[in-house]
Amino acid sequence: MIELADVHKTFNPGRGNEYRAIRGVTLAIEPGRVTALRGPSGSGKTTLLGLIGGLTRPSAGRVRLDGRDISALPERFLTRLRRDAFGFVFQQFQLIRDLSVLENVMLPATPTGRPYRRVRARALELLGHLGLAARADARSQWLSGGEAQRVAIARALINDPPVILADEPTAHLDSALSIQILDILADLRRQGRTVVIASHDPLVFSAGLVERVVDLRDGRVAP
Amino acid sequence: MNAWIERQRGLIDFAVANLDRRRGRNLGLFLAYVLVVFLLASVVLYGDALRREARQLLADAPELVVQRLTAGRHDLMPADWAARLEGLRGVTRVQGRLWGYHYDPAVAANLTLLVPAEGAPEPGRARLGAALARSHGLGPGDVLSLRDHVGQARAFIVDGLLDTASELANADLLWVSEADFRAFFGIAPGLHTDLALSVANPREVRKVAEKVLERLPGARVISREEMGRTYDAAFHWRQGLLLTMLSLILLAFAFLAWDKASGLSAEERREIGILKALGWDTEDVLRMKLWEGALVSVSAFLAGYLLAWLHVFHAHAPLFTAVLKGWSVLYPRFALRPEADFAQLAALALLTVLPYVAATLVPVWRAATLDPDEVMRE
Ligand SMILES: Nc1ncnc2c1ncn2[C@@H]1O[C@H](COP(=O)(O)OP(=O)(O)O)[C@@H](O)[C@H]1O
Ligand SMILES: [Mg+2]
Repeated sequence: MIELADVHKTFNPGRGNEYRAIRGVTLAIEPGRVTALRGPSGSGKTTLLGLIGGLTRPSAGRVRLDGRDISALPERFLTRLRRDAFGFVFQQFQLIRDLSVLENVMLPATPTGRPYRRVRARALELLGHLGLAARADARSQWLSGGEAQRVAIARALINDPPVILADEPTAHLDSALSIQILDILADLRRQGRTVVIASHDPLVFSAGLVERVVDLRDGRVAP
Repeated sequence: MNAWIERQRGLIDFAVANLDRRRGRNLGLFLAYVLVVFLLASVVLYGDALRREARQLLADAPELVVQRLTAGRHDLMPADWAARLEGLRGVTRVQGRLWGYHYDPAVAANLTLLVPAEGAPEPGRARLGAALARSHGLGPGDVLSLRDHVGQARAFIVDGLLDTASELANADLLWVSEADFRAFFGIAPGLHTDLALSVANPREVRKVAEKVLERLPGARVISREEMGRTYDAAFHWRQGLLLTMLSLILLAFAFLAWDKASGLSAEERREIGILKALGWDTEDVLRMKLWEGALVSVSAFLAGYLLAWLHVFHAHAPLFTAVLKGWSVLYPRFALRPEADFAQLAALALLTVLPYVAATLVPVWRAATLDPDEVMRE
């Protein structure tokens, strides 16, 4: 269970370009379900996803994971949480150039100290599931958009986290590829994972996997 | 423990992949690094080896040398001066020496002619320093012809090479018989170049020197220590000059390294952000970059040091001969004996590896302590 209690996020506080991206969000995200954050561009979806996943800290309010307040955790613990509890799928994929697909997928496992061979086997298994077995040795910049998105998903899964956070997972894909990605996310839900999607793509909401929609507008939850 | 090893292995794998990804830049850095270490290590190795040579030379020198001065200049030693020092307390032996310089126009070089205390060649024969023999292309049985003080050619049959305990000494050395020496330079019997005094107890050397001056006013007494200091000063001065020039190069290199290794590109900053977002600790990022820097700097250091070693001890230091040795026109080809000095090696390593690694880590540390949420935007 992820709970947000009156969460605020202000960028550049006290400066001329101060911007209040999140303005008091209270929200409970149920485990094992697919939740979607919906709203126009600039409404604060990405920022909220970052707050949930511990990429950044709230300016005010609390974020709790399974009852534990994570907004005040020291950096080291927050990092561990990002590694073990959350799998991120970023909007821009954020794969590392010139590294192979396999190396990119294995990257989040490095700090865990799990044996190389086991991590590699798991990465290949994930790539196989996602139809990328043949691309394991390709350099990440050679991938098509659909392939890159699936590699990003495999990377998010390498440490087997209970929560997957996906930012605009269909943004760069045509309808057929979008549906393929949504099927994969539905699969993750069937494996018992919590999935949080940030999107303003109507296709995401008509595909039938989203169980709960949270509407965002100007950094607030719309009624 | 196993997890720790696996983690280092993962970090090293990534560090190696990173070096490979930016091959061009890293290769340039590596080469600049090798060059700097090579120059620095060459100067240090060469200077130290020369100083060792000089010390070797001195080890065989007498405790005291007495010269006669006339109008402030070194003059020939009259026959009776040695006798006047006989029986001086603490002196075990007084010996007149014969040695002198001869400029040989054929090779445009100075030779040192010397009559050794023991084992002098027969008249008409000469023994050559190995380096001198090499540079003249002479071997045993060959004939060396030199013009004496009246311009008359005198032939010496080479009857052997001098052992090369110190090549520096033997580089321009020519042993001849006493009769040949006197005839060659026109020095009357009984006269000597100077006197060598052996003193058994090192603590008495200063006292003996004072007594010599009492008995022989107008003499100059030079102790072995003083000669050593003069040698050392000459070497230090030359080495200091070179090191100053090199520190300028080192400074330029520091700037280059700072710029190339540390100036994080936007791409690198983004990648550090990705790693952090994926759950890498600041420490993991630093450790990975540390491996990266260590792989470059340690391998470059070893390569540079090895090249310097070959340069100094196998190629006869062609880059420095003129500057450091300088005192002889003969440019003998030295074969300096290598000697490992681990303190010196460690100092060099510290001097070159540490600043580089620090220059690499500081900006990485700054980037790695930022919030990784930038990754969520383009
Ligand atoms: N680091 C930042 N500094 C300043 N403003 C930011 C920063 N990140 C986001 N914003 C602003 O916050 C608002 C919400 O952004 P975002 O969460 O990306 O919205 P969405 O994902 O819904 O499009 C935008 O107006 C954006 O310009
Ligand atoms: Mg967004």
